[in-house]
Amino acid sequence: MRINIIGAGLAGLSAALTLAENGVKSNLISSMQSERAQSVMAEDGINACLNTMGESDTVEDHIEDTVHGGVELADKKAVRGLCENAPEIVKEFYKLGVPFQTNENGIVQRNFGGQKKKRTAFVKSSTGKMLMTALIDAVRRYEAEGVIRRYPHHALQQLHIRDNKSQGVTVYDTHTGESISFCGSVILASGGMNGLFSGLTTGTTQNTADVTAMCLENGVELSNLEFIQYHPTTISIPGKRLLISEAARGEGGRLFVVKNGAPWYFMEEKYPELKNLMPRDVVSAEMVAVTSMSECENQVYLDMTRLDKSVWKSRLSDLREQVLHYLALDPAKTPVPVSPGIHYFMGGIWVDTEHRTSAQNLYAAGECACQYHGANRLGGNSLLGAVYGGKVAARTAMKECVKPEAQQNIKCSQPYSEVSPAFRDAVSQILGDHLSILRSENDLNRALEELYSLQSKASNPAEKRLLDLAKATVDCALFRKESRGAHRRTDYPDTKTDCQKQTIVKNTKVLYREINQL
Amino acid sequence: MKLTIDILRQKDSASAPYKQTIELDARSDDTVATLLNTINARDDLKDINGEPVGTIHWQCSCLQKKCGACAMRINGDPALACDTKLSACKRGKLSLEPLRKFPTVRDLIVDRSLMMDNLRTIHNWLEQSAHHTGKAADLCYDASRCIQCGCCLEVCPNFMPDGDFYGAAAFVPASRILSQLPKGKKYDLVKAYGKHIYSGCGKSLSCHDICPVGIDIEHKLSNSNAVAVWKRLFK
Repeated sequence: MRINIIGAGLAGLSAALTLAENGVKSNLISSMQSERAQSVMAEDGINACLNTMGESDTVEDHIEDTVHGGVELADKKAVRGLCENAPEIVKEFYKLGVPFQTNENGIVQRNFGGQKKKRTAFVKSSTGKMLMTALIDAVRRYEAEGVIRRYPHHALQQLHIRDNKSQGVTVYDTHTGESISFCGSVILASGGMNGLFSGLTTGTTQNTADVTAMCLENGVELSNLEFIQYHPTTISIPGKRLLISEAARGEGGRLFVVKNGAPWYFMEEKYPELKNLMPRDVVSAEMVAVTSMSECENQVYLDMTRLDKSVWKSRLSDLREQVLHYLALDPAKTPVPVSPGIHYFMGGIWVDTEHRTSAQNLYAAGECACQYHGANRLGGNSLLGAVYGGKVAARTAMKECVKPEAQQNIKCSQPYSEVSPAFRDAVSQILGDHLSILRSENDLNRALEELYSLQSKASNPAEKRLLDLAKATVDCALFRKESRGAHRRTDYPDTKTDCQKQTIVKNTKVLYREINQL
Repeated sequence: MKLTIDILRQKDSASAPYKQTIELDARSDDTVATLLNTINARDDLKDINGEPVGTIHWQCSCLQKKCGACAMRINGDPALACDTKLSACKRGKLSLEPLRKFPTVRDLIVDRSLMMDNLRTIHNWLEQSAHHTGKAADLCYDASRCIQCGCCLEVCPNFMPDGDFYGAAAFVPASRILSQLPKGKKYDLVKAYGKHIYSGCGKSLSCHDICPVGIDIEHKLSNSNAVAVWKRLFK
């Protein structure tokens, strides 16, 4: 009896390792091997209250910053679990060999957006890659023992859900064209919905959103799709947006715009407490606001020219190399032109605090799941959320494991299909144009009209469900008639107490649900 | 810029490869990855013989040289498509072929699962909690950056897909593990190291020069040899 895990990034690996350590076998299914997962691109760090920096940090502070940064829309019970377990998770990674920067007190932590204390453990600005290497090596031991069985070039073809119960999956071998079906519980760890915004995100092309779209197709509930994080500091490179890590500002980088011919460090003037390290939703919205002022130029710069040489050497050498490589300018000498770009999806597959989806025996973790981050995610909480979410989903799946006699035979009834590049580009252009940082009813209605006009061009099941997911995302944005976190409505600029609820979308219906309540 | 592109196509693993030539205008600051996306977005494109080009199958994921998915032979050398600008093409010529040391799946896609198998065979994992030393921290960081793209194996004169020598794609990850295993036990990785790494390496170090992410491979090799073979500490 094996539990099926879809996705082999940080959340999937974390789930597989948790199961293996408890003697439970799994199938680890991914369209590419783990080294290609988006988790390797995560630069910033991982948050945990280790209290090594002499700032009297507490778990309660971490909880408060996370909930407040998410504009009071996160499930507090789930966030408590996340933050209470964070120190142990970071220590486990240290034991697995992650070369976190250390000093005489232990693991060094840096400042990050939306947090009042230094709480982010890091390895230069390649933290995700370092965590992934350690976890891939740890999981390999169980692969060799046959406890974890890898399917590393296999895409999800069909989710089998009957009477709201997951029966198993059919996966498609992209090398041979063969399909294989597996009975049993399923943990989804398939990443965020980049595939709705092709070429417009900082993430991987492999996070196609197809698994989330399949959930919608099968009546599994999705949640908070309107909350799309625009990271303040990205640059355009061929085919995508490139992230300039928040670590740049955590180490002293400053944002400015040229106003009446002189640099204006607008974040420092407007937010004297956290300055350039306000949560990402606030920074991105301020960047839009200042660049639309008549006395300002239409470009924000990230000024890292005054950072100490030792910071460049020991903490940001990889970031400097990246900027030099892609922009041919040295950030230690010249301010970098930056603009907001899509970086993270706070919404996704609805899960409860134990990472159950709305369908029995189906679980979700990592960016594909809607948990922990509310209306805006803090930097350093995504790696943590993926690892912790994977662990919780695995533990719940183990507890509720389907007994072999209860398994039913599953038969694949749906041919494998893929979204064509042209169709994906058409959907992405509509969403990119109308689901920007600032939205209005007019924009969103126009997006819906344009999406409906694509209906006749959807030529296979994958294209049809992608279009449905796009419509559901716009529906959520229309439904939430307020501004909160990453969802900013020009026609409803205020945050409303009676909207402090989750948006739920099931099939074509959208409704509000109280947080942490069914 | 006017570009003539020779692509080695292959319908599936059982079919024979064939060359297809395309001529088109491209931007010199685009990458090979962008070019492939552009070609695939055009369903009207024909080759120089008037035959339809269709979808060119290739792999990509991060598009910023962090994942290794898009490794292929570009103008004869293994490289990442996302990291190769068209401005590097001499006389407007570009040739694209799949990596040769791995079985071709389709067009530019190869099956690199052999690298995962090899790391399992040598038991590349920590048998106990990591032993951190200040000296090894930089090495761990650098070795952990390996993206398993396979470019190092492509140029290695000693690596053969069915051979016992596993190349830099194995010894770079192994150097991280070896640097963090406390002394005093005969670990499985140390036992496997002689057969699958040390005895097969001719020290040509062509891997060192080709690594697309710039890992100091020579440093990793000398240090892991020191620990696994000569029982010395890391430098």
